[in-house]
Amino acid sequence: MGTSVFYFVATLSIIFSLMVIFSKNPIHSVLYLILTFFTFTVHYVLLNAQFLAVVNFIVYMGAIMVLFLFVLMLLNLNKENEPNKSAMLKILGVIAGGCLALTLVGSLKAVSINSPLVLKSANLGLVKNLGKELFGPFMLPFELSSILLLAAMVGAVLLTKKEEKVNG
Amino acid sequence: MDQYFIIEKFVLITILFAISLLIAMYSTYAERKVAAFLQDRLGPNRAGIFGILQPLADGVKMFMKEEIIPANANKWLFMVGPGLAMLCACIGTAVIPWGQDLNIGGRIVPLQVTDINVGVLYIFGVVSLGVYGVMIGGWASNNKYSLLSAIRAASQNISYEVAMGLSIIALLLVTNTLSLREIVAQQQGWHWNVLYQPLGFIIFMVCSFAETNRAPFDLPECETELIGGYHTEYSSMKLGFYLFAEYINMFVSSTVMATLYFGGYNYPGMVWVAGQVSPNAAALIGTGIFFLKIFTFIFFFMWVRWTIPRFRYDQLMNLGWKGLIPLAIINIIITGIFIAVRNF
Repeated sequence: MGTSVFYFVATLSIIFSLMVIFSKNPIHSVLYLILTFFTFTVHYVLLNAQFLAVVNFIVYMGAIMVLFLFVLMLLNLNKENEPNKSAMLKILGVIAGGCLALTLVGSLKAVSINSPLVLKSANLGLVKNLGKELFGPFMLPFELSSILLLAAMVGAVLLTKKEEKVNG
Repeated sequence: MDQYFIIEKFVLITILFAISLLIAMYSTYAERKVAAFLQDRLGPNRAGIFGILQPLADGVKMFMKEEIIPANANKWLFMVGPGLAMLCACIGTAVIPWGQDLNIGGRIVPLQVTDINVGVLYIFGVVSLGVYGVMIGGWASNNKYSLLSAIRAASQNISYEVAMGLSIIALLLVTNTLSLREIVAQQQGWHWNVLYQPLGFIIFMVCSFAETNRAPFDLPECETELIGGYHTEYSSMKLGFYLFAEYINMFVSSTVMATLYFGGYNYPGMVWVAGQVSPNAAALIGTGIFFLKIFTFIFFFMWVRWTIPRFRYDQLMNLGWKGLIPLAIINIIITGIFIAVRNF
């Protein structure tokens, strides 16, 4: 049952993420991206990582994608006024994409199916256990990453400030 | 997972869905009656005694109206918008514990659809998803006023979600759990969380007014500036869905406030009552009291709507970012210090 659900949802994730790239309208792209994130949430639930699932739901689907949609609606991008890409850019894009595919294939080959990663406890994703891990052994990296986020936030606020004119 | 489990959950979900719709229906009637009372008028009194059939009449009117989809609208998304608004409004009640467990023929039946251990966050997620219905509908209408309104709704929701989340964090410091079932069980008798988190409750309540787009924060439906708001281009039952979703949202926020801060199905003297009547009857009395609390909150929503005038947009943003968020952070710090001192 679990495996068939996984394959169904995984297929949906792939279809939706392809639609993100293939849809001409940027708004449709964002909406497909939201659906992709939703399938990720289902994946997290299947992996018994409830906290990660619900945080993905709130932060990515509920907040970040709203902002994406917000900006796109304000910019009012349409396919008509999208500038045409030159042939050079297209070729460069193909080369970059090919490199990425090569890396992916290489890394997939390195991962052997015979040695799957086994979690020490299957309930690690539940809030209580996750909290104990994060604020116990992983305290320092966790706090450091929060400082990183804070720095980004301060930077963003600083960017919105108008530059004061210097007299003279 | 036996068949009774499925039947039990199916019946519970059906009842919940019916109750949500019924309460939303009669909220429209109650709103007009409350408005009439506050403005010294009579209110609807033609359909049935005291106008009690008014919601039915309104419903029939909505169904009979002509269905118009604007020529330049994005047809699919135009239809998805109201549906999404309705869906997000309806799934919020799934994690609410409606009462103590019932005992039906030796079988323990919890009055809760599902008790996930991240219940509070689930509600928060559903609330944050609710804005998509408005945004998609407003954009797909291809009308600049609808679009402006959709953008207003989105920025308002994002701003107030921050303060709401911060006020919930202070509450979670007190409760030590994210499961709504446990949060309610902790508030036995008089130990309601509002007594421990008065400031948090006020912040949460103001934010839920903003999240449900109710007055005084109903900027997305500000008719003097935006014609009608995000549903300007909508007619017939699609408009009905939007209006209905707003009332269901009001019901869900009232429920969440009663659950998190006002003890859910708990009431003073419940231990004494439980000694007098059978356990099932006691549980049902608790559920009745829970609904009484919910109706009080719904009345409060309406009372505020007909008392306080609408905010200006910059006032709304100032209140959210410069008023509520610092206040919520101070609340977290004070709560944290209290708990640290108590456990010292």
